[in-house]
Amino acid sequence: MKINELREHLCAQYPDLCPLFSIEFGDGVLLVECGQLLGAASDLRDLGFDRLGMVTAVDRGETFEMVYRLTSRSMSAGIFLKCEVPRDNPVIQSLTSLWPAANWHEREVYDMFGIEFEGHPDMRRILLPPEWEGYPLRKDYEDERIIHRPDYI
Amino acid sequence: MALVDKLGAALDSSGGGIILTTVDSLADWARGKSLWSMPMGTACCAMELIAGSFSKFDFDRHGTFPRPDPRHVDVMIVAGTITRKMAPAVKRIYEQMAEPKWVIAMGNCAVSGGIFYYDSYSVIRGVDEILPVDVYIAGCPPRPESMQDAVFQLREKIATESIAPGKKREVEFSLPMPGAGVRGGDAE
Repeated sequence: MKINELREHLCAQYPDLCPLFSIEFGDGVLLVECGQLLGAASDLRDLGFDRLGMVTAVDRGETFEMVYRLTSRSMSAGIFLKCEVPRDNPVIQSLTSLWPAANWHEREVYDMFGIEFEGHPDMRRILLPPEWEGYPLRKDYEDERIIHRPDYI
Repeated sequence: MALVDKLGAALDSSGGGIILTTVDSLADWARGKSLWSMPMGTACCAMELIAGSFSKFDFDRHGTFPRPDPRHVDVMIVAGTITRKMAPAVKRIYEQMAEPKWVIAMGNCAVSGGIFYYDSYSVIRGVDEILPVDVYIAGCPPRPESMQDAVFQLREKIATESIAPGKKREVEFSLPMPGAGVRGGDAE
């Protein structure tokens, strides 16, 4: 599949999001509803985005933004798949059924942001000790052991 | 005068048959000249530590020889960032080392936490929070030459130790070394 065909296909599939999707100027960004995530990811995989390279999250205050980076070897293209998870109920579908590579990445996101993945085979902390409390990459994380950097440095 | 020279002179003057020395001198000489090291490399400083062991810098000529087994070694070289999750493992490895044992903190992270001193949720601020450190080496990372200097300084510190408990020997240091026994020579 050529990139233009891919764009048409995706625009037909997700008409609201078509303006956001700008694969001509580098990597595309596809923002979907979190309910659609598994379907969109499955679509993209069938279209040729066969490799999941990265899973991370961004703390946007009210929501967390999940970021998935997919690349295609046949099209030499990359795409960011994003979705917004509400902060008060951070639960999202796991992509481990599509890419086994998502396993440890999702565990790391759980470790750092506390976003839980439904359908993940082994949902527990990966980097921090199991008895750790809190999720350190959240903006409101507080820990009495942290020394904050003073302003004059 | 180094102990080896003293031994040589003694051998010359006695016709080669008898050496008179103290047990402390002999023990400290033997300990200081074969400091096998535990390469506790947890971050990028380990690269410099590895470079130091290879032929260009060659720590082996000073008797500092890396052994990946805590039960074989005399000095633990903590080269790198120690996180809260890693700290119990480092402490346990230190406890497995046989006495007498020493610790070198290599690099800013092992000395004070380095760039992770502020705003880090996971890094301990210096390995001296969990282990008794004998020699600190600053640098991010330090050159292998600094490592060699640390071994020489540790050797001087070992020379102050005695097999008698609680006793310190008087030794002249090339550099001022607080807390390492009595400073001899003109400085006193």
